[in-house]
Amino acid sequence: MKKKRFLSLIVVAAIGASLLGCGNSASSASVAEGSDEIKASSAGEVIELTNVSYDPTRELYAAYNEVFAKHYQEEFGQTVEVTQSHGGSGKQALEVANGLEADVVTLALEGDVQVVADAGLIDDGFTAEFDVDSSPYTSTIVFLVRSGNPKKIYDWNDLTRKDVGVITPNPKTSGGAMWNYLAAWYYFEQAGQNDSQILDSIKQLYSNVVVLDSGARGATTSFVENKQGDVLIAWENEAFLSLKEYPGEYEIVVPSVSILCQPTVAVVDEVAKKHGTEDVAKEYLSYLYSDEAQQIEAENYYRPSTKSIYDKYVSSTDSNTITEVPADGKWINDNITLTDINHFGGWTKARADHFADGANFDRIYEQ
Amino acid sequence: MNKRRSVIPGFGISMGITITILSIVVLIPLCSLVVFSAKLSFSEFVYTVTRPRILSGYFVSISTAFFASLVNVVMGLILAWILVRYDFKGKKFIDGIIELPFALPTAVAGISLTHLTTTNGWVGQIFYNLFGIKIAYTRIGITIALIFIGIPFVVRSVQPVLEKIDIQYEEAAFILGADSKTTFRKVIFPEILPAIISGFTLAFARSIGEYGSVVFIAGNTPYETEIAPLLIMAELQEYDYSAATSIALVMLGIAVIILSINAIAQSVVSKRVNGKA
Amino acid sequence: MDLRKENKALKYILVTISFIFLGVFLILPLIYIVITALKEGIAGYVNAVTDEYAIKAALLTIEATVFAVIVNTIFGVAAAWLITKYAFKGKKLLSTFIDLPVTVSPIIAGLIYVLTFGRQSSLYPILDSYGIQIIFAVPGIVLATIFVTFPFISRELIPVLTAQGTDEEEAAAIMGANTFTIFRKVTFPHIKWALLYGIVLCTARAMGEFGAVSVLSGHLRGKTNTLPLYIELLYQGYDFTGAFAASSILVVLAIIVLILRLVIEKHGRKELDLNK
Repeated sequence: MKKKRFLSLIVVAAIGASLLGCGNSASSASVAEGSDEIKASSAGEVIELTNVSYDPTRELYAAYNEVFAKHYQEEFGQTVEVTQSHGGSGKQALEVANGLEADVVTLALEGDVQVVADAGLIDDGFTAEFDVDSSPYTSTIVFLVRSGNPKKIYDWNDLTRKDVGVITPNPKTSGGAMWNYLAAWYYFEQAGQNDSQILDSIKQLYSNVVVLDSGARGATTSFVENKQGDVLIAWENEAFLSLKEYPGEYEIVVPSVSILCQPTVAVVDEVAKKHGTEDVAKEYLSYLYSDEAQQIEAENYYRPSTKSIYDKYVSSTDSNTITEVPADGKWINDNITLTDINHFGGWTKARADHFADGANFDRIYEQ
Repeated sequence: MNKRRSVIPGFGISMGITITILSIVVLIPLCSLVVFSAKLSFSEFVYTVTRPRILSGYFVSISTAFFASLVNVVMGLILAWILVRYDFKGKKFIDGIIELPFALPTAVAGISLTHLTTTNGWVGQIFYNLFGIKIAYTRIGITIALIFIGIPFVVRSVQPVLEKIDIQYEEAAFILGADSKTTFRKVIFPEILPAIISGFTLAFARSIGEYGSVVFIAGNTPYETEIAPLLIMAELQEYDYSAATSIALVMLGIAVIILSINAIAQSVVSKRVNGKA
Repeated sequence: MDLRKENKALKYILVTISFIFLGVFLILPLIYIVITALKEGIAGYVNAVTDEYAIKAALLTIEATVFAVIVNTIFGVAAAWLITKYAFKGKKLLSTFIDLPVTVSPIIAGLIYVLTFGRQSSLYPILDSYGIQIIFAVPGIVLATIFVTFPFISRELIPVLTAQGTDEEEAAAIMGANTFTIFRKVTFPHIKWALLYGIVLCTARAMGEFGAVSVLSGHLRGKTNTLPLYIELLYQGYDFTGAFAASSILVVLAIIVLILRLVIEKHGRKELDLNK
């Protein structure tokens, strides 16, 4: 008899606990509904859109979302509210693949968008969905050095000198850092080295790395705020941002060769279908190619894809050292040879060759 | 072992609540860890978790956590002692801020400690200029972050036990001719030893898994300052779930071992103390 | 008397060491936070603290903390009662499982929920068909917060209940009192202060949790960004003033909790003395 009572108590407790659990999720759901109602009643039809992006695009999308909301209001008479999420590109991709409900992704590289596609959330052919491989803006990799360039750093081979401290994030945890690594690889390849020589040079470069941060923003902070190292290998847009934030303290050095970084945008078809936001999501991404948006991208130091706007921002000087943000706003340095990911056989191959477990990047750290 | 039925009612309901919440919050989710790492064959699993880079990650995590916890035991003991035994100005204040490391987000702690200890930081430059010692971006930096994280564990384990020890025993020992060292060693220490051990193991186990604060101060150089939790993040970034869960499983194993050592030590110590009394 | 005199030198040494240690490890970072937060003046600080997203993040943090404390209090009391009042098989195992979450890396804590409730889990289609979103939403954040503070309350209660023994409850039970009466009249007065203390610890730790929440929040600005995540966001956006200003909200919240504890404790002690 005692046993029976014991069992029944367990059942009661289980029901109680699960009710608690439900109450929990129900209450948070009702909170969400509540806020929806408020919005709906005050502003008519509000469309919510979630854009999952990578770290350095915060300023860009903060500006773009305003412009887009205005555009959409004028064109379609509806209010759009965009919720942003920023983080390391690879981590963001993984979260979307795991169920983070993003209507659109705007990530650092095609490989990361491919991960979302592999999870069955994005239809095939996403690189052809929008112009120029679905990359409305591009960037490249440059050096940021301290004012006056005390260590005389001008090109990639200077980074292998013993007296130079380098800051770059870990390609294993940062999408941007893969571009850094590949750009360096391309330089040594152009210098006529064979594969094992290149590996040695890269090994030397990474032995100079003082702090191997987990993300691009962390690396910038180590260099700029904590004054570590002599040179930061950085996204061009990040480098210009540092120049703007800390005038007179840093200089940008543009190396002779670098890599064309193509951040990729895509509609997350499955999620957009579920939310009924397919049209607005598509419009959100295609408007990134409008002249108005391209201007904003250029002003945030991304290289715009529209030729006429790109040309407007090309610098008049050919100097490879940039000591301040040009007063006329013309910041694009065209005096640089850019390779791209196709040179490395696309992302799948580049990953397998260089960044997978036991591949080249791991080998340079073997003792 | 003894299956004497207690006369106190309420066994069923407390067991029910405990098991249900424990299952939902801890057990079922932990099972998925096992399920996902089981996607690897055993030899793949062993290979994944014993690569040199990973081994060095465990080593960095465990060694820094160990030293940090040692420091915490000594300082925690002193802090608990002065809080219980002495009256001085600012005592309430000290008592109040012990929990601060819990409340401050680990990321904020990491950021401010890093800023303080780089070669240009308030504290870091003193050490760098006087002794040539770098703190941030070395294992010393990691240890410091872990000391910060772990300090409340020891203080709060020892303090209540110390409060309960009747001062009369000490005075008796003292009157009987024992000096204060002997009194501490023979009377107080055995009483608080279980609390010290449990504070140490908790601080230790918590430090091994710490990520938020360490990742800022560590420098993350492979083989030097790369901690095991960061390696899990790295595997996730590579979309390698089974590798990530395998490393996580090993770390979980380490945590379980530490807890078991604690449990064994507790029962040994309490038996000895009770046997004496 | 002699005992105290002899300890005087020792006292000053120990107190000094403690002040130096806490000064360097706890106070200095705090001062650094305050100074950085006020770098751009009071107006800048007020602006940063009253930012729409900062307030939303603070509210979410409070919500998660409240849920975590409620669940953990129910659990902690039940588990501590179970472990100290009854003898049963598997007790050691049970108490190891209860302690486990504190020693699990926050990264792993986040990861296990992603694995359990994420898209690759077999539970996902079921949850999805009911429209329940757990990870990358508020319930996931609440779960992760419960997890990292899981044993805090039971750990505070178990030693007290062990020390108190089971005699009083047994007596009450023999006299015919039911479970809740025994708990309310006999057990609760003993564990009041330990429970309060456990709640304080739990609250403090829940507010500051970063790692686990970071893994499963999705970082949706204004929706699933807790205060610690919001701080990281600002920091990574070079807004150091904003980041440290937001940190100071957490510090203030923590101080409020700690002061509350002192006040209640003082009140309680007085009551105790009067009863004596």
